[in-house]
Amino acid sequence: MKDFAYQRAASSEAAIHAGNARGAKFLAGGTNLVDLMKYRVESPAALVDINHLDLTQITPDQDGVRIGAMVRNSDLANHALIRQSYPLLSQALLSGASPQLRNMASTGGNLLQRTRCYYFTDVSFPACNKREPGSGCAAVKGYNRIHAILGQTDKGSTSGETCIATHPSDMCVAMAALDAKVEVEGAKGKRTISFADFHKLPGSTPWIETALHPGELIVGVTLPAAKYAKNSYYLKARDRNSYAFALISVAAGLELEGGNIKSAGLALGGVALKPWRMPEAEHVLVGKPATPENFARAADILLKDAKTYEHNAFKVEMARRGVVRALTLATQGAPEGANA
Amino acid sequence: MMQAAEKAPKPVKQLDHRYEGISKVTGKIKYAGEFSEPFAKSDLLYAYLVQSTIPSGDIVSIDRAAADNSAGVVTILTPFNAPKLSQAPPQPPARRNLSLLQDTSVSYNGQPIAVVVARSLDEAKSAAALLKVKYAPKPAKIGLKNRLAEARWPKDPGKEPAGNHRGDAQAGFSKATVIIENTYITPIQHHNPMEPHGTIAWWDGPKLNVYDSTQYITGVRQSLAKTLNIPVDFVHVVDPVVGGGFGSKGSMWSHVPLCAMAARITGKPVKLILEREQMFGPVGGRPSTVNKIKLGASADGKLLAMQQDVVMNASVMEDFVEHAEGPTKNLYMSSANSVSAKIVEANLGVSTFMRAPGEAPGTAVLEIAMDELAEKLNMDPVQLRLVNYAETDPSHDRPWTSKNLKDCYQQAADRFGWSKRNATPRSMSDGNAWIGYGMATATYPANRSAAMAIVRLLPGGRMFVGSGTQDLGTGTYTIMAQQAAAGLGIDPTLVEVKLGDSTLPKAPVSGGSQSSASVLPAIQDATSQLKLKLADLAIADAASPLHGLKTLDIDAKDGKLFNRNNPTQSDTLTDLIARNGNKPVEATGSAEPAESKDAMSSQSWGAVFAEVAVDKDTHMVKVRRIVATYDIGTLLNQKTGHNQLMGGIVWGISFALHEEAHIDSVYGRVVNESLAEYHVPVNADIGTIDVSTLNIPDLKFNPIGSRGIGEIGITGTAAAVANAIYNATGKRIREYPITPDKIMLA
Ligand SMILES: Cc1cc2nc3c(=O)[nH]c(=O)nc-3n(C[C@H](O)[C@H](O)[C@H](O)COP(=O)(O)OP(=O)(O)OC[C@H]3O[C@@H](n4cnc5c(N)ncnc54)[C@H](O)[C@@H]3O)c2cc1C
Repeated sequence: MKDFAYQRAASSEAAIHAGNARGAKFLAGGTNLVDLMKYRVESPAALVDINHLDLTQITPDQDGVRIGAMVRNSDLANHALIRQSYPLLSQALLSGASPQLRNMASTGGNLLQRTRCYYFTDVSFPACNKREPGSGCAAVKGYNRIHAILGQTDKGSTSGETCIATHPSDMCVAMAALDAKVEVEGAKGKRTISFADFHKLPGSTPWIETALHPGELIVGVTLPAAKYAKNSYYLKARDRNSYAFALISVAAGLELEGGNIKSAGLALGGVALKPWRMPEAEHVLVGKPATPENFARAADILLKDAKTYEHNAFKVEMARRGVVRALTLATQGAPEGANA
Repeated sequence: MMQAAEKAPKPVKQLDHRYEGISKVTGKIKYAGEFSEPFAKSDLLYAYLVQSTIPSGDIVSIDRAAADNSAGVVTILTPFNAPKLSQAPPQPPARRNLSLLQDTSVSYNGQPIAVVVARSLDEAKSAAALLKVKYAPKPAKIGLKNRLAEARWPKDPGKEPAGNHRGDAQAGFSKATVIIENTYITPIQHHNPMEPHGTIAWWDGPKLNVYDSTQYITGVRQSLAKTLNIPVDFVHVVDPVVGGGFGSKGSMWSHVPLCAMAARITGKPVKLILEREQMFGPVGGRPSTVNKIKLGASADGKLLAMQQDVVMNASVMEDFVEHAEGPTKNLYMSSANSVSAKIVEANLGVSTFMRAPGEAPGTAVLEIAMDELAEKLNMDPVQLRLVNYAETDPSHDRPWTSKNLKDCYQQAADRFGWSKRNATPRSMSDGNAWIGYGMATATYPANRSAAMAIVRLLPGGRMFVGSGTQDLGTGTYTIMAQQAAAGLGIDPTLVEVKLGDSTLPKAPVSGGSQSSASVLPAIQDATSQLKLKLADLAIADAASPLHGLKTLDIDAKDGKLFNRNNPTQSDTLTDLIARNGNKPVEATGSAEPAESKDAMSSQSWGAVFAEVAVDKDTHMVKVRRIVATYDIGTLLNQKTGHNQLMGGIVWGISFALHEEAHIDSVYGRVVNESLAEYHVPVNADIGTIDVSTLNIPDLKFNPIGSRGIGEIGITGTAAAVANAIYNATGKRIREYPITPDKIMLA
């Protein structure tokens, strides 16, 4: 690990000020950043520790809820309000990582956790456009079982634009389906970013991962009024029964009226560089009966542009089945953290 | 020498706790990398291993200017400045082909190419990142499945012939009414013990001392002496506890002599601990095997011919053979067997023994084929195994020293409830999951080598026992205490044990499940000698109640020597040693396999039954239950023994469902070189495990009646799980690990 300056921020203002310095990074739970520093993927000149900032509240807000950026994943998952009104989020959080990691991981840090692409995390591989812009992408011709099938940029392994990484978060998939918004604060003031705009697909600049401006601090996440408290399910398919990232995951929320769907929130994880959500896939469900056939139509829309690689072709079928299953289970209720 | 007496041994009193347990959980006992004496702690330097980032080629230059100027750097060893060693040619597999900076060639991605020594680990790592290595790459050999045509016979097949025939297999197949023929694949795996490999080395004039995490202190001692060209007597190796090895610590790898070289150059103690990601290449792994298996049987299930042709990857540096064909030669009585094992060279690190080498992948593949055969014959899988039960060893045409496998099938089947199985796939379900039952046979050879031990009677009636063996977390300390105590009939809590120090009497590598089977007979011999000495001491001692008796009339029990003919006539060990001026009485002992050992085969057995649940949509597998019964001779300690067997079963589940090192096809590098991405089971993956043993002593094998148990647990388990998945889903997956995507796409 390279030497770095360390500073504990006393207030959000002080953090934003310090975070503006070149090469500075915020340190939250450190479960991702510190690992990447050890692997020499990240080498910030300075760490601004935000663990002591007053960003740890979960507060009912108008008709929704506001979650401070430093709320730990375990506190969020187990909060009574979240469990009652947003069980989808609770379930997604509890399906992620391990209890120890969730005790440290923060809401803001989880949003910004970086891809698990092997070629990104191991600096011995010479090509990764995220790590070394312009160096190419070793994953397209490499071992790409955990990689993207949607929204990726693939102009060949030597192109400076190619990136087929995925965003690994479970929390974010649920937040996307729940229409969350991200509150950020920077030198130029506060702004709110809709979840759909927060994470960036690789486009032609795979190293730009979010809509955050340099030095901006995430202060919280807001969720609108709960629509899916009664009917939701987070389904995660993975290589072992806990402590593994999603091969694919599905966040499904349904608002039911009689036997028909009034509204739906549906997002896929493990398939793209951001939670994969398409308004058409949800619209196609509205006003329709909650049947596997209708769910399959939604899945087909979500996956219609899928492009697969040597080792990840299975993801399309797995995601298709996952969508149908998650929506089916959502019609039956809303378990809280059932598959922790 | 002890004679293998064929009478039932007295039951040995077991310790109900692990001898070193408390000192482990309180952090008192030290692992190799934790020592900071006898040298001055402030002298200790830290070394970091630098690895190649190309799979094949030559190092043209290493620009070290920035690294040399980096804070804290003491020295940097590279192929351009490392001391030249007068290495004898390697003799694999006992001694591995190492990378000791003697030339500039690169044979795999991850090969050690430099060592940075600094005042702190962080400084060493920071400097290492500043080294600029220029390579002249060469085309690399990568992959196995796509290169099967390149298979060749191994140059040094070792003890086992690489090809082996018994009877006329082709004739058998032509007579067979049912034939199964398929290809089964097992992946590359890396051992990943909890404690990484690590060494601390310092020189005392011409003498070298090392703390090293190893399964074989004597081997490290010999290999270091030979590699560095110094007398064996000048090398001292210490390792009181090992945090797991699983075979990867059975050989000395490059970092050990490199650490010693760095210590010699700096004149300081040097510590070199491997990082987790450095354990995927430079310290061995299990090769991937591609197995073509053909089984032919008559309508009543009798095997007429069995054939297995294995092709595996081997490093371009060394031909290591994983004998996955082993079980096909001796697990069942077939009229004919034909096996072969060939290798395909690859630019990878050297392969090595990994828990149950041969039998782990061998049973994993053969036992699926047997399940397929049973299905085609419309026969219960247990029945098929009974029909082909090998009453004698088919591979050597000689008797077993002991075999009670039938009882294992029976007992495990009963405990499992096998009779409730429905052979038709997808006939059982629970909620959204298919439920399946599967079974397989477990087996591992019983090995034994020469070993020595020393025992002492101490003041207060306590005892000391020592042997230059190792405890990998397996319970060696515990059973050594028990065996020594049993020899004098004292309580095992009164015994002090020492192992893991090369000044102790020699013992073999803790590998091949042979440690207890080798070391305990030596302790038994030593305590017999000690008992004779103590008897003579008492006889000669006018103050002893046993004064004047004959040696052979005296026995020991409950902390006393007594007259066999009049047990009330006795002398306590405490009194006896007190009257000896509290001077300890010492004896050494040794034991080795009888010369007649080649007249019989010794092997351990087991039957493993598995119940799985497979989700109908995600295809995730949960192993709900494993029930296994083993025939492993005498069970030496209930706790540590069951712990070994259960640990092996967890490894078997890992083999079935999780473990695989993925190699990048361009760079030849393991991509998932961390425990977040190289999957082993977590608690949520393991259901209940019901382990039992028959506990029938095998006294023709050794006087303790005990065959080793460190490895057999992994065997059979993988196939039992695979067969259960088939029973659940109707999908036959013939390539491990059986991940959800494979089941879904099948
Ligand atoms: C072995 C392992 C397994 C895991 N498994 C899973 C899994 O199954 N599912 C899953 O979803 N996750 C998983 N995780 C990832 C885990 O959820 C993340 O590491 C965690 O959420 C990151 O949060 P943190 O607070 O520790 O972030 P940090 O590591 O502290 O920070 C991460 C990044 O966010 C930035 N940052 C943090 N807070 C702010 C803020 N308020 N404003 C601006 N920038 C900020 C930091 O500068 C840094 O760049 C796993 C992690 C590990 C190590």
